[in-house]
Amino acid sequence: MTMFYSVCLVLVFLSMLGLLYRVWKGPSTPDRLIALDAIGVMLISAIALLSILFDTPFFIDVILLIAIMSFIGTVSFSKFIERGEIIERGSDR
Amino acid sequence: MEFVLLIFLPVIFAILVPFVYKYIKGIHTGWLVLLVPLALFSYYLSFMPLMMDGGHAISELKWIPSLGITFTSYIDGLSLLFTLLITGIGSLVVLYSVFYMDKQKEDLGSFYVYLLLFMTAMLGVVQSDNTITLYLFWELTSISSFLLIGFWYTRDKSRFGALKSMMITVFGGLMMLGGFTLLSIMGNTFSIRELIAQAPELVNHPYFTLALLLILLGAFTKSAQFPFYIWLPDAMEAPTPVSAYLHSATMVKAGIYLVARFTPIFGTSSTWIWLVTGIGLLTLFWGSFFAVKQTDLKAILAFSTVSQLGLIMSLLGAGAISYHTTEAMFALATYAAIFHLINHATFKGGLFMIAGIIDHETGTRDIRKLGGLMSVMPISFTVALIGSFSMAGLPPFNGFLSKEMFLDSMVALQHFELFNFDTWGILFPIIAWVASVFTFTYSLYFVLKTFVGQKNFEQLPRQPHEAPIGMLLSPMILASLVLIFFFIPNLVGKWIIKPAVMAVQPTLYASPEAVDVHVLAWHGFGSTALWLTVGIVIVGSLLYVTIPKWQPLYKIQPAKLSLNEGYDALMRGSEKGMNRMSRLYMDGVIRTYLLYMFAFLSVTMIAVLFIKDAFVIDMTSFTALSLYGVLNAVILVLAVGFVVFAKSRLAAIIALGGVGYSVALFFVIFKAPDLALTQLVIETVSVALFLLAFKHLPALSSHGETAKTKIVNFVVALSVGVMVTLVALSSHSQKLIPSISQYYKDTVATEAGGGNIVNVILVDYRGFDTFFEIGVLAIAGIAVLGMIRLRVSRKETTDENK
Repeated sequence: MTMFYSVCLVLVFLSMLGLLYRVWKGPSTPDRLIALDAIGVMLISAIALLSILFDTPFFIDVILLIAIMSFIGTVSFSKFIERGEIIERGSDR
Repeated sequence: MEFVLLIFLPVIFAILVPFVYKYIKGIHTGWLVLLVPLALFSYYLSFMPLMMDGGHAISELKWIPSLGITFTSYIDGLSLLFTLLITGIGSLVVLYSVFYMDKQKEDLGSFYVYLLLFMTAMLGVVQSDNTITLYLFWELTSISSFLLIGFWYTRDKSRFGALKSMMITVFGGLMMLGGFTLLSIMGNTFSIRELIAQAPELVNHPYFTLALLLILLGAFTKSAQFPFYIWLPDAMEAPTPVSAYLHSATMVKAGIYLVARFTPIFGTSSTWIWLVTGIGLLTLFWGSFFAVKQTDLKAILAFSTVSQLGLIMSLLGAGAISYHTTEAMFALATYAAIFHLINHATFKGGLFMIAGIIDHETGTRDIRKLGGLMSVMPISFTVALIGSFSMAGLPPFNGFLSKEMFLDSMVALQHFELFNFDTWGILFPIIAWVASVFTFTYSLYFVLKTFVGQKNFEQLPRQPHEAPIGMLLSPMILASLVLIFFFIPNLVGKWIIKPAVMAVQPTLYASPEAVDVHVLAWHGFGSTALWLTVGIVIVGSLLYVTIPKWQPLYKIQPAKLSLNEGYDALMRGSEKGMNRMSRLYMDGVIRTYLLYMFAFLSVTMIAVLFIKDAFVIDMTSFTALSLYGVLNAVILVLAVGFVVFAKSRLAAIIALGGVGYSVALFFVIFKAPDLALTQLVIETVSVALFLLAFKHLPALSSHGETAKTKIVNFVVALSVGVMVTLVALSSHSQKLIPSISQYYKDTVATEAGGGNIVNVILVDYRGFDTFFEIGVLAIAGIAVLGMIRLRVSRKETTDENK
């Protein structure tokens, strides 16, 4: 069974490498951004597989956090690409 | 009585001087100041009987007892002689300055403060038995002399002269401190007396010659010996009382004092004898030769001072020979040195004062404009004549006696057989004689060009007339001493010189009476010195008469090759060189500085690793590789490569996000959930911060890199990477002590009541670190707020020098 998880992990890492190729190549910024977002998802699966391998529940928090953080990251990038800034100034200023 | 405190009397009085100057306007401040040296002089006179019996007096004031540093006033014949010179001529100079310095025009408060400061410093130099306090007072003389030379600080020349003298004498002073330090290491004491007591052992110490050279450097710079004499002529910008006091009678003799004081320690060494005698003679010749070239009265006197100091110095060197031979002539040399020291102080002090009077009454010191003053200034003329003839070495003045003794000693030098003196010794009397001829010439030049010859008073700034009697009083006293000393040389010798000679050569004499010298003015026709003097007078007079014929000789020396020019070039060159050097490496580009730091760090670390043979790899300490770990490492390396080679900043930031994620994954692989959590949050936040500041960041490709700098950067980056890798590998391979983590594992539940070991360490075992990390965050937050809110105008220049 360990063998199976290891193979799965290696596959996940290989797909991360593929995504990294997209980060490198682009060609446009949104392409890179989507690749980074997907790397986050790959990270989630990698950590899930690792915690099965290590037989520990302590990494579940990490998984949840990655989900949140990669969402926040992607949203802030997107907003930046669209508006040129992340936090807009209030209309009263 | 603790007479060591008397050293500080002038400086204590100096504190009062500004108040006296400010509140007692009616009388010249100098009159009150005069009391200090007079009181000291009369007090120190009371030591004379004690000295005459070969005794000495000691008084101590503890300063830093734990380091062995004390103010020790050690008075023996030599110290007393100098003390009497300082206080005696000090009194006369103060008296003279009362009439010379104008009450309304001059800042008398400062003048007398500096002068009294100097007096304390000089007294300290000649009475100190402790080398450290001797050095302290020595530098105080440099500083007070700097202040006095630059007294008229609105003149460029005064400031230049003050700076030059400061530079040279402080250089020498520092060298001397080095010599003293070596001596104290050698003898394990700061006390000169104790050092002298163990002189025979010191000779064989490896530091001996170095200490000797350093101390001689100090003495030569202070006493204006070749080639350090150049500050003295420039110091003539000082007020004339200062020139008379510092630059003829006292400060320039501090070096002489030093040589005399240390003769018992170093005198047995041939280096000492050769250097002191040789440099002294060279200075004697050089100074007398160039004195005739000068056109300024004080410059003539300055060069003559240089020359006479050289004479005394060479006599001291010859005197040291008496450690090697019993020939009476060399015992005579020390006697002659001390005798001439006294004589020089008397006649040169008087001559300077006369030069000041001439300046005061005619408005110029240029010898080309002066002439025929004899009829209008008869008293000044008489004093100047006495001083000059004494300087030239004519009877019936005291200079004659010491000059004859000098010639005798120099003639005796050629018969000395040690240290190659028998081959080169013949040069000494020749140089000494030639120098004496020039001395005679410039003495005539000084007095005759000024007072005799045709009168051309029209082109003088002021109509000349005789000076007030008060101003003439001091030079008259000195001139009469010049005469008196000629007639009672043996009385002076008995009271002052013999105790001093005994202090210079304590091992040779048991008591001052043992110094077997009887000065005679007339040695009979058989005396060599007499015929030498006759020769000097004849040749010197011939030279004087033919001055216009041979003066063009001085033009042979190109202006560029003089020592002054050398000093200026050194100053300019060092300033320029330093500027150039600073510009060379301080180009203001942070990248360059980082390059220096990283290159230095990596090179030294790698070098140390291999020199100390510290690089070790222990394969057994490594854990097994896992495939996913390797893959993650590949991802990390690739992502880092993307960051480095990214074309746009946005791509770089995205790739940086990838790096952060893969590091977080490493934390998971190495089972550190808390680190992984924190890393993810921080990564996201910092990426967001990059984006936030993105608008304000410059374009990525605008650092002005060239292919060359890129290669340099690459090499340095590579070496830093290699360095860190090597250090990490070898430190992982050799653990000196086992980890303390077992204790944490065992006690995390029992002692701290926690389950998460990382958190317990952070807040319990080592909460102190966490506390300050929180502090760091708080400061960073406040600083960000401050930087955003408090914007100072950007137009302000950032150059710190403006």
